[in-house]
Amino acid sequence: MEEVISKNATNYKELLRNYMESQDEQALYGVEKVSKAFIKNNILPEEIVNLHIQAMAEVCNDLTEDYKNSMNFLLEAMIFYGLAMQEIPLLREEKHILQSEISVAASMQKTLLGTNKPEINGMDIGVISVPAHQMNGDYHHFVKGKDGSLGIAIADVIGKGIPAALCMSMIKYSMDSYPEESMSPKSILKNLNRVVERNVDPSMFITMCYAHYQPQESKLSFSSAGHEPGYYYNAETDTFKEFETRGLVLGVSPDTEYKEYEMTINKDDMVILLTDGVTECRDGDRFIESQEVLDIIKKYSDLPAQEMVENVYKHFERLQDFQLRDDFTLMVLRKNS
Amino acid sequence: MEPQSCVNIHKEWDIVGARQLGREMAKRLGFGTVDQARIATAVSELARNIYLYAEKGQICFEFIDNIEHRGLCMTAVDTGPGISDISQAMQDGYTTSGGLGAGLPGVRRLMDEFDIHSEIGNGTRIKAIKWVR
Repeated sequence: MEEVISKNATNYKELLRNYMESQDEQALYGVEKVSKAFIKNNILPEEIVNLHIQAMAEVCNDLTEDYKNSMNFLLEAMIFYGLAMQEIPLLREEKHILQSEISVAASMQKTLLGTNKPEINGMDIGVISVPAHQMNGDYHHFVKGKDGSLGIAIADVIGKGIPAALCMSMIKYSMDSYPEESMSPKSILKNLNRVVERNVDPSMFITMCYAHYQPQESKLSFSSAGHEPGYYYNAETDTFKEFETRGLVLGVSPDTEYKEYEMTINKDDMVILLTDGVTECRDGDRFIESQEVLDIIKKYSDLPAQEMVENVYKHFERLQDFQLRDDFTLMVLRKNS
Repeated sequence: MEPQSCVNIHKEWDIVGARQLGREMAKRLGFGTVDQARIATAVSELARNIYLYAEKGQICFEFIDNIEHRGLCMTAVDTGPGISDISQAMQDGYTTSGGLGAGLPGVRRLMDEFDIHSEIGNGTRIKAIKWVR
């Protein structure tokens, strides 16, 4: 540190002399370079003020006492800035440690919660799930039954980040322990509700929609635990209809019963499931209307389901200046035969 | 000047007195302007800690002058509540007052050597040394 100061001290003094004589821009450019060298070597502000005091004493020989006193006063005022500056590398290092820990956790979460999009005859499925930060508090899961049926779960923890993500692992492992096709959406939610109620902090809630599709009968049954309502697109009438689902969020009361709904899906009909990260996208300070989501879905509805959800995501990503405020999960199921 | 001088701290005004004594002794030992300012700031922080948390205490200054080194040693002693978690108090950014205090980590940075003993209910003793370069 002392070396850097003394090496640049001569330089500084010359530049200062130069500037005092001519107010030359070149001297100012020179001092910019000196100051970069100081910052790079963590030279503290009080050292620089001191350097200036010494340089001035050599450059001018008619300095007033007032000037000298004022510079000592300035030096004193710089001490705390120096202390604050010394914390920066430490904080940077801590941040780096945290970041790498989180990225390990995030990749572990991906492995733990990963689900494969299944191939189901006559059904085109598209899904996208993007976390706002590194860890995802949204969750979706597909279960393909031996009878060819498909179970679909989509869930959202109220809250974001690490606690939400930890919570989701629990949901996933509870669901894995259920016998596959034997369970109806309402009994799955009822069961999960008990798990969440017993194991999760009371301040944390989970919303979930569970759907079960039977291709032979083209029948979709579903239940919702306070989850963002999905949409049904009727190809014949070219209209969207919001699912009217009622049900308490998971984890509030131990004995909650869930209602199950049923509908028949026809060719080219779509079922859209999403989380509130989609419907609560913001355009500046304005929350978007759910109609806007449907309009955009409609706009891309000629594409295969996967391209469709990706394009819808890109649209809202751009609308929000590429900074998601909440985890974004969108799922489209289209019956194509 | 006495080889050892002390300042009692129980009013905020005493902090100024402690700074002044610390600076004078630093000047006498031949510390440069920057180090004088750093020593005064360290004294200020130690004295403020006594004033804010212990109410009563003392800061003593001592010349160290032997063949190997010359330096200023300051010892802050109080009979306050003590510090329950010293590691935490030594962490950057930890100030119970919530303000922009440099706190103990700041004192450690400003000085060359730093040592602290604290007992709950009995008080705290901090010793810090700055060597003349």
